[in-house]
Amino acid sequence: MVSSRQKRRKLLREVAIIGAGMSKFGIFRDKNSKDLFAEAFNETLSSVDKGIDPNDIDAIYIGNFSNDFFVHQGHWGPIISDLIGHVPKPATRIEGACASSGVAFREGVFAIASGFYDIVLVSGIEEMSKRTTEEVTEGLATGGFPEELRHGFTFPGLYATRATAYFEKYGVTWEDLMNVTIKSHSNARFNPKAQFNMSIRDIMNMRIERAKEKGESVPIWSDEKEFLRDPAVNPMIAWPMHLFDCCPVSDGASSILLVAVEIAKSFTDEPLYVIGIGQGSSTSLNGSRDLTSLEGVKYAAGEAYEMSGLNPKDVQFAEVHDCFSIAEIIAIEDLGFCWPGEGYKATKEGLTQLDGAKPINTSGGLKCKGHPVGATGVAQLYEVWKQLRGEAGQRQIPNPNLRIGAAHNVGGHGGTCTFTILERR
Amino acid sequence: MEDRPFSDISYHHFLNEERIMGSKCKKCGALFLPPRSICVECYGNEMEWVEMSGKGKLVAFTCIAVGPPFMTKEGYDRRHPYCNGVVEFEKGVRVVARIEGIDSSKPENIKIGTPLTATFLHRTEADNLNTYLAFRPLGDP
Repeated sequence: MVSSRQKRRKLLREVAIIGAGMSKFGIFRDKNSKDLFAEAFNETLSSVDKGIDPNDIDAIYIGNFSNDFFVHQGHWGPIISDLIGHVPKPATRIEGACASSGVAFREGVFAIASGFYDIVLVSGIEEMSKRTTEEVTEGLATGGFPEELRHGFTFPGLYATRATAYFEKYGVTWEDLMNVTIKSHSNARFNPKAQFNMSIRDIMNMRIERAKEKGESVPIWSDEKEFLRDPAVNPMIAWPMHLFDCCPVSDGASSILLVAVEIAKSFTDEPLYVIGIGQGSSTSLNGSRDLTSLEGVKYAAGEAYEMSGLNPKDVQFAEVHDCFSIAEIIAIEDLGFCWPGEGYKATKEGLTQLDGAKPINTSGGLKCKGHPVGATGVAQLYEVWKQLRGEAGQRQIPNPNLRIGAAHNVGGHGGTCTFTILERR
Repeated sequence: MEDRPFSDISYHHFLNEERIMGSKCKKCGALFLPPRSICVECYGNEMEWVEMSGKGKLVAFTCIAVGPPFMTKEGYDRRHPYCNGVVEFEKGVRVVARIEGIDSSKPENIKIGTPLTATFLHRTEADNLNTYLAFRPLGDP
């Protein structure tokens, strides 16, 4: 419980971002975690405008949930350290389920803010595709609480349970969630690193063309929602979550370079500043009095808003942890972007679209960009970096005064939550 | 019974005996299910056992079509989904459990608020008896 002794959070010195990179996300039979990490690392180095000598990196923090389970290899700190020639300097692997690299980022910030290090590399990796769907399902479920796992709850099942509570409380249906899916795919179309960089309409056309080529009966869908209602293309995974409500199984890596504020300008004239950073935790499904909200997210957001002196209105856009369609709706409510019970309406009305008042998941989100779980937190910050520097290409938010962006990363179904606010000055 | 620690393991042993046991803080009266040894309301550390009636209502649920290997071994798959849910007891505490006696392939017909009664699924796994808590609609044969 929250003590009345809690004081206002602040860093002892400011921390800036000078570079970021990510591998393409997807299913890669011929690449392992090291290969993916190398992709992300190379892009990170080349993104530093005035260049950086990798030998100047003081320490690395690596978010990884469960490569131990997925590829039967633990202890990723030294593997990555060895890969990039960082030995004998420190490399620390951090686990917070799907928020592993969100937490790693926060630890990297603290390491610099404390004055101990000046230059830190924060990264994330996960290699999930070498296992069967059932095995991945079991592996991800270990991020839930023990009683949930024991009774056969899966990850989609945990969020699906929250969805039925949300539906009951606000009179919402599965159809309302389809607006999240359609929007995510629409954004991902312009993200060359996304696992599914196609709109729902593109997928419909592809299926029609494929049927024609094979001489099969050509499916007819009047619109995107009719396509999503078709169980032949969008089967149930865990009611009410269907295939297109769920993020995919993915492989990928991401990394970001943090420096002490006083040296930032020697690397780039346009660093980003970490102005708000929060982390929280939530209880189990049966421990939650309100299944339609994640208390740890509210806590994390509260810390970050308070530290930055900003409120939700000031955040111009955000990457949120949409591992499932319902998760995005709950996220935009918990972060204060809309009132409880209004998230689905705001989505329907276009608030969260690329050209809306509060663009959400311009990258395509976890749903379309992919969700190599340990890499996601830093990959979200990569998108914020791209947008704030005006480097997001066709998915660039059409606002010439973009200054404040944020990322919301969740491990488990709320067990670990981070919220980070970045500023371009 | 009094000697058992207020732990997950005791909770499971009680389930083997078809009893649903929670803990109650002797200092502030807060009730916990599964049992806790530390009261998170007042940090009292003296607990007593409380038995649940087995009657509850459905708070939230899901019907899972893609389960982990241990559920597929029980015969559940895309054509035979299983239902899991959150159940609230009369005393206000909640548990996660399997939901039986409903048609998991027609989730749109499952109603939140449905009155339920507890049932116990005994499984012998690696020579150990493991009991999973389940509920079925009240009045269901």
